[in-house]
Amino acid sequence: MARLARLELDEDEVVAFQGELNALLGHFMDIQGIDVSNVEAQAHAVSLQNIWAEDFPWDSLPRELALKNARVSRAGLFVVPAIIED
Amino acid sequence: MLTQLSASELGRKLAAREVSAVEVTQAHLDRISAHDGDLGCFLHVDAEGALAAAKSAQETLDKGEGGPLTGVPIALKDNMSTTGVPTTCASKILEGYVPVFDATVVKKLKDSGVVILGKTNLDEFAMGTSTENSAYKLTRNPWDKERSPGGSSGGSCAAVSAELAPLALGSDTGGSIRQPASLCGIVGFKPTYGRCSRYGLIAFGSSLDQIGPLTRTVEDAALISEVITGHDPLDSTSLKSPAIASANLKSGSLKGVKIGLPEEMFSDAIAPGVRKAVDEAIAALKAEGAEFKSVSLPSIQYGVTTYYIIAPAEASSNLARFDGIRYGPRWEGSGHIDVVAKTRGKGFGHEVKTRIMIGTYALSAGYYDAYYIRAQQVRALMIQEFDQALKDTEVLLAPTSPTVAFKLGELSDNPMALKLLDYCTIPANLGGMPSLSLNCGFSEGLPVGLQLTGARMQDERLLQLAYGVERALPNATGRPQLP
Repeated sequence: MARLARLELDEDEVVAFQGELNALLGHFMDIQGIDVSNVEAQAHAVSLQNIWAEDFPWDSLPRELALKNARVSRAGLFVVPAIIED
Repeated sequence: MLTQLSASELGRKLAAREVSAVEVTQAHLDRISAHDGDLGCFLHVDAEGALAAAKSAQETLDKGEGGPLTGVPIALKDNMSTTGVPTTCASKILEGYVPVFDATVVKKLKDSGVVILGKTNLDEFAMGTSTENSAYKLTRNPWDKERSPGGSSGGSCAAVSAELAPLALGSDTGGSIRQPASLCGIVGFKPTYGRCSRYGLIAFGSSLDQIGPLTRTVEDAALISEVITGHDPLDSTSLKSPAIASANLKSGSLKGVKIGLPEEMFSDAIAPGVRKAVDEAIAALKAEGAEFKSVSLPSIQYGVTTYYIIAPAEASSNLARFDGIRYGPRWEGSGHIDVVAKTRGKGFGHEVKTRIMIGTYALSAGYYDAYYIRAQQVRALMIQEFDQALKDTEVLLAPTSPTVAFKLGELSDNPMALKLLDYCTIPANLGGMPSLSLNCGFSEGLPVGLQLTGARMQDERLLQLAYGVERALPNATGRPQLP
């Protein structure tokens, strides 16, 4: 699960999380017994559909501000670690 | 002392030019200097920015312009984006991050001349109920410094309670405004989902998060709500409705008002002292002519589970953006995935990692239907039950928190006990209803909060009723004594 979530854990953490996550998931079994066969899943409290924005140009973040918090940038771009290995 | 005055009283004095905005801001900055070393409410105090904003507010006031809160100071939970002022979410993964844009609420505050004092402590990414999950510091409850202020908006609540700020903003995903407000003896209001823009609020659970005020009076909560709410095209879940109006706040009466008491929120899990204070408040409201009716909302008992599946699922997706590439510290490694995993492994704290993994699990193939979809079905069931109950009653009343403030460290080894503290507050987030906590009395010398929850979009009526409740409980006032 940690690998899927892109979280590098040390060995102590792996042991601790195994116990904790199993305990929490055990608590979460209580909803398995409820009859929800006729209930439609609701992702939001308010039903919202197709919220469109007006299609017109407006000010966006200038490039130098967008890069201001980046640890590494070059030539107006974010520098990303190698994604495709040699 | 200026710091003892409510925001509305300060606003009146400022408008009448009995006091200047700089004096008011300086008085609060002085009190922060005197007490915040002990209390730990603030992660960042922006004295320079606050005094400059106060000067500018005074120019507005000198022209006879401005609103009821022009020149009044406010503290902001450190998960709201503030241009040029660090915003950390109390996480190491945002250490040194300085936003380049304002959250919509911050822009609205600035436009109204409200003076921002600084950023307050919270549980990392607002995940917690004690503010002990902050990566930076502990916040102490002004009523008893050995106790937690609650959370996750613990810094904001302790600051308002201790009169370091007359106003603060918090965010509420499962009770993070109302529970700490209850434990600190102040007013905490979560508006209807969608009435306050989430643009620039660093996202935790997007279908649940809502910004709202923390104040010492209901009137202040109404005044600041009017400033921060209203439709915002930058938030696609923002409702197309006007700002919450405070004009008719004082015109209501409790006579004949039908109040529902959810049986499931008065269970044995409620501490006897809390129960007693709430029962006494109910008796006082009956004496004012309010009519009480017991209601049953059976799915409340599944609220905590439902919430702890949906909120982490949304969080695991929202927090994917923290990868060390565009902002925040980066821990080096070999290749992209290694850098991202190392950065997230080192940058996030224990509770955040727990929730990301729970969310990842609940959304993964094979478990998605059993956890995430089922939780959404239970959510739908709960919403139906609340909607029905709020057809027969105007408002639902319950304790906000099952306990008064607990000792720091007391529950840190028991994650499930901490999660159950949200038992009474979670349903309003799942259902998007407006909900408010105000102090109704004391147990063991510590404040007890009472929660009022209304139907969606009935924010004005909820505040009106809360104002009436506040008037009916004159013995529930009092402030912590600091040395």
